[in-house]
Amino acid sequence: MSDAAVYNFAYLDEQTKRMIRRALLKAVAIPGYQVPFASREMPMPYGWGTGGVQVTAAVLGADDTLKVIDQGADDTTNAVSIRKFFERTAGVATTTHTSDATVIQTRHRIPETPLREGQILVYQVPIPEPLRFLEPRETETRRQHALEDYGLMHVKLYEDIARHGHIATTYAYPVKVDGRYLMDPSPTPKFDNPKMDMCPALQLFGAGREKRIYALPPYTRVVSLDFEDHPFEPTKFDRGCALCGAEGIYLDEVVTDDRGGRMFVCSDTDFCESRCTPPRTAAQGLNEVPR
Amino acid sequence: MSALDDRPLLVAEGLTKHYGQHIGCADVSLDIHEGEVVAVVGESGSGKSTLLGLLSTQLLPSAGSVRYRMRDGEERELLSLSEAERRFLLRTDWGFVHQDARLGLRMGVSAGGNVGERLMAVGWRHYGRIRAEAEHWLDRVEIARSRIDDRPDTFSGGMRQRLQIAKNMVTRPRLIFMDEPTGGLDVSVQARLLDLIRGFVSDYGLAAVIVTHDLAVARLLSHRIVVMRHGRVIETGLTDQVLDDPREPYTQLLVASILQA
Repeated sequence: MSDAAVYNFAYLDEQTKRMIRRALLKAVAIPGYQVPFASREMPMPYGWGTGGVQVTAAVLGADDTLKVIDQGADDTTNAVSIRKFFERTAGVATTTHTSDATVIQTRHRIPETPLREGQILVYQVPIPEPLRFLEPRETETRRQHALEDYGLMHVKLYEDIARHGHIATTYAYPVKVDGRYLMDPSPTPKFDNPKMDMCPALQLFGAGREKRIYALPPYTRVVSLDFEDHPFEPTKFDRGCALCGAEGIYLDEVVTDDRGGRMFVCSDTDFCESRCTPPRTAAQGLNEVPR
Repeated sequence: MSALDDRPLLVAEGLTKHYGQHIGCADVSLDIHEGEVVAVVGESGSGKSTLLGLLSTQLLPSAGSVRYRMRDGEERELLSLSEAERRFLLRTDWGFVHQDARLGLRMGVSAGGNVGERLMAVGWRHYGRIRAEAEHWLDRVEIARSRIDDRPDTFSGGMRQRLQIAKNMVTRPRLIFMDEPTGGLDVSVQARLLDLIRGFVSDYGLAAVIVTHDLAVARLLSHRIVVMRHGRVIETGLTDQVLDDPREPYTQLLVASILQA
């Protein structure tokens, strides 16, 4: 680990971290408001979590324990490489156990294990503006936020119902934060939206390419938008995890062969492993499914 | 019509707009009463659209003022309204019909969504009721209910204009601004649209400011007419009076240049 010596702690220089922390403080002070920040080039492509990595770098301390997940999994390329990145550049302890982590960087999921006070959840955000696909002008969306002029978001939900008979948005499902700001919860499945509401942990959102940071302080009200006659409903599954049997959690569909075989397993690998006996591991787990 | 207030709905005084050294519009004063249709005519570049922009607060004047009698009866100076108030006014008590429907409609959103947008913006949160209201207004503008989920880019030019009007009428505005609403439409489609607008004016006591270069449109729709040239109002009066007996040489020229079919 001699590499650590050639990098400043957590890769970014102190001035940059300070700039990001300032943006974070402002974001925490105005829950759901998108704070512009001077996003840096990171040694990874846009879309791989450059925003999340910068936020993590800015909040990480030497005694923190970091967990990184990608679609709920600790063992996919994105998660492994970001975890390694901080092992090398910050030398912090890392873990895959949600309850052991103090900082969790995530792409598109909130862990199944309930978060607690003192933990920080950092989201990677590709497009922070929930109104973007309806209103391409940034000047206009900013004005809409300023004036709390959010009718347009309901037009999107209206279109969903008109086309599909129900609100068909299943991820990046828009939420209203603390009764004020409209927020894109990043492309997390809407299954996770209720977990954001009154969450004891601090939730931070970083969008590297779009240069925006926003935040949900602990115990913030987060309400998913809906219609009176078409209320918000989190995704429900008609089965449990094929490996650990857990129910009421978010499942991934895994194709197991080329003859149409498939199985549904926990998307949260840590949660699943903790319930499996013998433990499920990345290498063996899927192959050893009893038929 | 006895419920109408005698005071004018909108009073513009000394409206002036400079574009750098050029004059967009100079010293225009105008009253609009409830249920009254005022046509603004003149050739291209005469300041018609600038005047419409100033009246609807989409442009800031270099000088002058616009007062408007709000729904609660209170007269307010429009320039002193906050941006939020102005936006609210523009999509509840006012309407704006553009010549190019793409400016007034969301082409990627269904007809129902377009009509429902204003309702959702003012807080409607019941899908069934929004849809029922959208159907009602599509009926009113003679668009088949079966087209409610189609996008306006599948509509003809005339349908788009009628959809624009439905979108505006849904909040029962008292004043509607129209910028060449019949531009680019063929004559029979124009006639249908004009008929529709006339119906709304008489049914709802709607006031309208219509910018047009088409004197036939002005004659059919408007009660009063304002003739503009080089950014100034050169003649104003009752429509029939101005068109039948124009006083100014320029107006005489305008009237004389209509092709007699």
